Order: sequence, then structure tokens, then C-alpha cells
Amino acid sequence: MTANGWFQIFLYLVVIFVVTKPMGIFMTRVFNREKTFLDPALRPIEKFLYRLTGIDQKREMRWTEYTIAVLLFSGVSMTLLYLIERTQKWLPLNPQKLPNVEPGLAWGTAASFTTNTNWQSYVPETTMSYLTQMVGLAYHNFVSAAVGIVLAIVVIRGIARRETEELGNFWVDTTRCLLWILLPVCLVGSLVLVSQGIIQNFKPYTTVELLEPQTVQVTGADGKTSTQQVAQQVIAQGPVASQVAIKEFGTNGGGFFNANSAHPFENPTPLANFIELVLIFAIPSGLTYTLGRMTGSQRHGWAVWGAMAFLFLAGVTATYWAEARGNPLLTGTNQHASASQAGGNMEGKEVRFGIASSALFAVVTTDASCGAVNSMHDSYTPLGGMVPLINIMLGEVVFGGVGAGLYGIFVFVVLAVFIAGLMVGRTPEYLGKKIESYDVKMAMLAVLILTFTILGFSALAVIKPFGTAGISNSGPHGLSQILYAYVSSTGNNGSAFAGINANTLWYNSSTGIAQLLGRFFMIIPIMAIAGNLAKKKTVPESAGTFPVTGPLFATLLVSTIVIVGALTFFPALSLGPILEHLLMAAGKVF
Amino acid sequence: MKNNLRIAILFTLITTVLFGFIYPLAVTGLAQLVFPSQANGSLIVNEGRIVGSSLIGQPFSSPGYFHTRPSNAGTGYDAAQSSGSNLAPTNHLLLERVKGDAEKMRAENPSAPIPVDLVTASGSGLDPEISPAAAEFQVARVARERRMPEADLRGLVQKHTLGRQFGFLGEPRVRVLELNLDLDAVHPPH
Repeated sequence: MTANGWFQIFLYLVVIFVVTKPMGIFMTRVFNREKTFLDPALRPIEKFLYRLTGIDQKREMRWTEYTIAVLLFSGVSMTLLYLIERTQKWLPLNPQKLPNVEPGLAWGTAASFTTNTNWQSYVPETTMSYLTQMVGLAYHNFVSAAVGIVLAIVVIRGIARRETEELGNFWVDTTRCLLWILLPVCLVGSLVLVSQGIIQNFKPYTTVELLEPQTVQVTGADGKTSTQQVAQQVIAQGPVASQVAIKEFGTNGGGFFNANSAHPFENPTPLANFIELVLIFAIPSGLTYTLGRMTGSQRHGWAVWGAMAFLFLAGVTATYWAEARGNPLLTGTNQHASASQAGGNMEGKEVRFGIASSALFAVVTTDASCGAVNSMHDSYTPLGGMVPLINIMLGEVVFGGVGAGLYGIFVFVVLAVFIAGLMVGRTPEYLGKKIESYDVKMAMLAVLILTFTILGFSALAVIKPFGTAGISNSGPHGLSQILYAYVSSTGNNGSAFAGINANTLWYNSSTGIAQLLGRFFMIIPIMAIAGNLAKKKTVPESAGTFPVTGPLFATLLVSTIVIVGALTFFPALSLGPILEHLLMAAGKVF
Repeated sequence: MKNNLRIAILFTLITTVLFGFIYPLAVTGLAQLVFPSQANGSLIVNEGRIVGSSLIGQPFSSPGYFHTRPSNAGTGYDAAQSSGSNLAPTNHLLLERVKGDAEKMRAENPSAPIPVDLVTASGSGLDPEISPAAAEFQVARVARERRMPEADLRGLVQKHTLGRQFGFLGEPRVRVLELNLDLDAVHPPH
């Protein structure tokens, strides 16, 4: 670990802290339909959209109708994506003449992008046409992010409003989120990223002659090795920057290229990397401020932020430490950090990012439900790779996905005040609302469905040949690969221990189901709580009310998150990364 | 329900036009206008011919060139199939690959310890850069092959070394393709 590495990490946290308030205020204004400086440009588009679609902007919805609208929109847009994938051969903007995507993969990918997961079991540059990437996949980066954000807003409204069933209009909220929040930042952001070297064009792939042609050994399908002359390099092109901006800002994470943000065309410089990192946390962090502002308890918003920041620092410290130590099995190499090299475990990492920026990215992308990667998590040391896994297992509530992070931590807040209520022997209250058995049951339902999905699918995959066939690293690491696949799918993250061969019927369908369960069976119970809270009266704060501000509450919240996560997943972790760490220290190779 | 379904269909179509077409086309137009070189892949043109991209690495194997890192993109530095090795730290394939590469390198440069980035594959398989330590490690070999003074060669390496951005972001690094192109230009192999 180096001082410069720590400086980059702390600078990042400071920047996130600084953007929290302005983002939070801006989002509050957008969803309260107050005036903003973008109104002159965007109001006409908004009104035009309402007129064309017949949206009644004055009408508000109950939680059930709001949820149905979410499901209908997701269903319709998912179908459109599937159709685009299945017909891309006949559609324009396909200079590489890529064939139609086969049905299983097309279905899995449609589920993956609709649920904001962006799990990819294919090599995009040889599978998806420019049109599919731009109109199908990048489009879903926008709308799945917007859906997440508006659901968080509904939860906040549920807490803030009283004795009402009205929680807002899904179409209005989504429109305003898309136009006011996502579009302007992505327009500016993508141009800044282009300035750093991210490409943005519709050209066919560029072929160049290698400076030094190579003779390479290739193993054919029959297992025979032969020599082959490679004299050319084909460089993939495409409209990348417009997709990268929203992939980070909407915490989607789906790469334009197979290597995602490790690819020099998706993340060419350390500055581009830093901007991508800031884009990932900007909305989730800002939403904690929106929570405080809309509910009239700014100190509660900051307490939640503090709990998140603590868990973030804990994760990044562990990963940075583990990766900087390097791989003890690589004897004869110099892994010490110095002025002329980053050192550490460099397998799967880019030289321009080194250890600090790679470890930071791995933690941020899994704290949030982003899933973009700038290094290959599969090649991380066992403990370094365990942190991303744990981050997703905890429910991606450390800032979390856009909206999903906030409604995710809301579940833990409900559980935390419930536990506190039990301890002091009073009905738990949260910002003036009594938390009753219905709310706690729904919160537990959300936790249990996720757990059941992750552990159920993983268990099935490790005992069946169709599951173990996907493993590419044997030993305990194989279990980690399978576990990561279902944790990432259910958590709608999308990153992977990518050596796993997931483009099979079993993995495409099971991860697709896990993604849909993880998205919608999280949303429904949470919307039920929001609807229930909105109906309640406000009770005045009294001496017996457990405060939801300050360090005491933040500590209780962190403890709840860690205890629920640890009790659920420690057995699985001990057989995967922890065992691998111990065996690696003993010099065991698989 | 029926009304919401109708809205869902229309809303999907209209937002697809807005965010699937107009947004990326607007970005493309602006990018091509303001940053044409970057938007098209930072391509390097040498004597009117595109010889590569300054952001995409190429493979090198002869001793007279600086070598890039091992690559798992296709057969190596296939820029249409980016990929890391995804080998676990305890995978025997990783350890055997590193051991084999390290032995070859020690034969060419007996004394120095091998900088780790030179024997590990990057995440993209297209890493255009190596650490300054990895470049220094190869200086003696390249200078010997090209029969040029090591000091001159170090100067050339220095020219293609990028520091941390703004002095603190990322890590220092050496752009290998551009270094080798320059090397051919100023001191062609014998």
C-alpha cells in the first residue's frame, strides 16, 4: 500500500461527500416538481411526451398501481429488447454483420438489462451489433436506472406523507428522472470521457498490420495444437462513450466490450477511471440527502450516509491491503510497490490503474449494484475477491445501486429500529411512523427471498453436473465462482468471477430467473411497506423514541447489516474464499 | 391496468427514440466535432498508414523490441476479443505460465528480479502499457540487440513514459507501441 494510493481513495470519498448535497437538493426539486434551471429546455419535451402517450400528469397512484406500472413497463421494454437481439441481422448499424442472438442468450440478456443487472455471458464485440448495444442495451441502462430511482422516491414519500394512499405517478416520476437527472449528466459526462480517449463512432472495426507479426500456438477444437501466423490486429469500434456514461451513472455496469472498464476504449486514463467512479456513487449518495430533505430530518440522511461511508472504507481497506500484498505463489517476481511499479497482485489488472485504483473500483462497483469492472475479480487474491462478494451479499446497501441502494438500506433501517424497539420495550418508530408487524414481515420477506434465491441456486449448481461444468478454477475457488454468479445475479450487480462459463442453457436461464426474483421480489415487499407507511398517522416524538440520527443509530444500522449478512453467508464464505486463503498461505495449488 | 399497458407501450417506443437514437447520435456528432481523434480510437498514423492505436497494445516477441504483457485476448492482443485470463491466484495454469515466462526472461536478463506486471496478464488483454520498472528491466536487452548506448535508450523510454495524471491519479507507465515505433525510426534494427 502506498501513500499515493490512500490519497486517491480519500480524495474519492471527499468528492462523493461534496456532490451529495447538490445532487440531493436537485433530485428533491425534480421529484417535487419544483423549478430547476433546466426547465426551459426540458419542460417542452416533457409536455410533448405526456401528450403523445396520454399520461395524466395530475393523477397520483396507490402503491399497487405504481407497482403494476413498473411491472408493465419492465415487461414491455424487456420484450422490445429481446426482439431487437433476435432480429439484429436484418437491422441497420451492424457493420460487422453479426448474426441474430440465439434465444437463450437473448432472453438472459434481456432479463439482465431490464433488471439493471447487466450480467453478460457473451463477448459483446463479437455478439451485439451497434444497434443492439445502443437502442437495446444502453436504452435499458437509462430506464432500469430511472425505475430504481423513482422507487426510492416512493419509499421516501411513504415515510414523509401521512394518511394518504397517493404516492406519485410512475410515468411522471420516470419521465422527470430520465430528462432532468440522467440525460444532462450523461451528455456532458460522455463528452468528457471522449476527451480522455473513449471512442464514439459507427465505423466498421479497424484493421491494422502488427508492427511485429507473431507466430502463435493455437489449440483447435480437436485438441491439437498448430502454429498460426498473426500479422494483423482488428480493433473493435462503436458508440462507446454514450453507453459508458450511463452504465456508470445508472449503476448498470454492462460493458460495451468484454473486458468492460478494463478495456482501454472504455476506460483509457486514470482521470476517466476517477470520473467513472464518481458517476457510480453520485446518485446513491445524493439520495441519502434527498431522504433527509424530503422527510424533514437531514440528520437522519447524514446518519445513513455515515453508516455507508464506514462500510465503504472498511471494504476498500481490506481489498487494497489484500491485493497490495500480492500472490505469495508467484515466486521469483518482484511484487513490491516502488516509484517505478505498482507491484502487488497484477494478474487481471491494468498498469495505468495499478492496485489502488483497481481495488477502489472493485469495491465501489459492488457497494453499488453497478458491476462494471476495471480489473478481473476472478484473479483477485481470495480475501481481495471476497470483499466484492460480501458487498453484494450485504444487499448492495453501501450507497448501493441508484435507488436500489436506498430502498435496500430502508429494509435494514426498518429492522434496526425494530430491534432497537425490542431492546427498549416500545413500539418502534421511524421518523414519526410506527413500525408494526406488517412492515417488519415485509422487510424480512425481502431479506429472505434474496437469501433463498442465492443459496438455493448455488446449492443446486454445486451438486449438479450442469452447474459444476461452468467452473474454470478448481478447488474452493470453484465454489466462489458459482456463489458469485448467483450473488451477482440476485443482487442485480452484474460483475462476475468471469472465468465461469455462463453461456449455457442452465446458467442463462437460472441467472435470468435470479435477476428477476432479485429485482421484483425486492420491489414488491418494499412498495407494500411504503404504501402502508403512507397511510399511517404521524406520532410526535417522545422521550422513549429511539433516535434515528447520530452515531448511535449509524452503529446500530451497520451492526444490523453486518449481522444479517454474516449469519446468512458466513458458512458459504468459509468454504470458498476463506478456505482458499488458508490453502494459498499453505502453498496449495489447484 | 389497460390504460397503463397502453401508456407502457407508447412510453417504451418514444423513450427508445429519445434515449436509444437521439442521445447517442447527439453524443457522436459532438464527439466527432470536438474530439475527432479520440472518438475514432486514438489511431497512430505513420507515413499515411494506420499502424495501430496508442490505447491498444500489440504483441512483441523479438529481443529488439520492448515487450508488452501476456495477453488473453484471442491469440494475444486481439482487439476484437478483449479478455483477461480469469485465472484464480491458486490455479496451476497461472503459476505454470508465470514460471515459464519468468524462466525465459531470466535467461535474457539474468540479474534483475522480474517486475510483476511483465509476467501477469492484464484485465483487458490489450494493456498498451508496462510499468517503468518493466521497461527498465528490458533496457539492457534492447540496447544490446540494437547496438545502441543504454543511456540513449533510457532517454527514449523516458519520452514515452506517462506520469500519474495531475501527479496523483493512477500509476506511472510506458506506452510500448509508440516506444517501439520510435525505436524503429531513430535506431532501426541491424
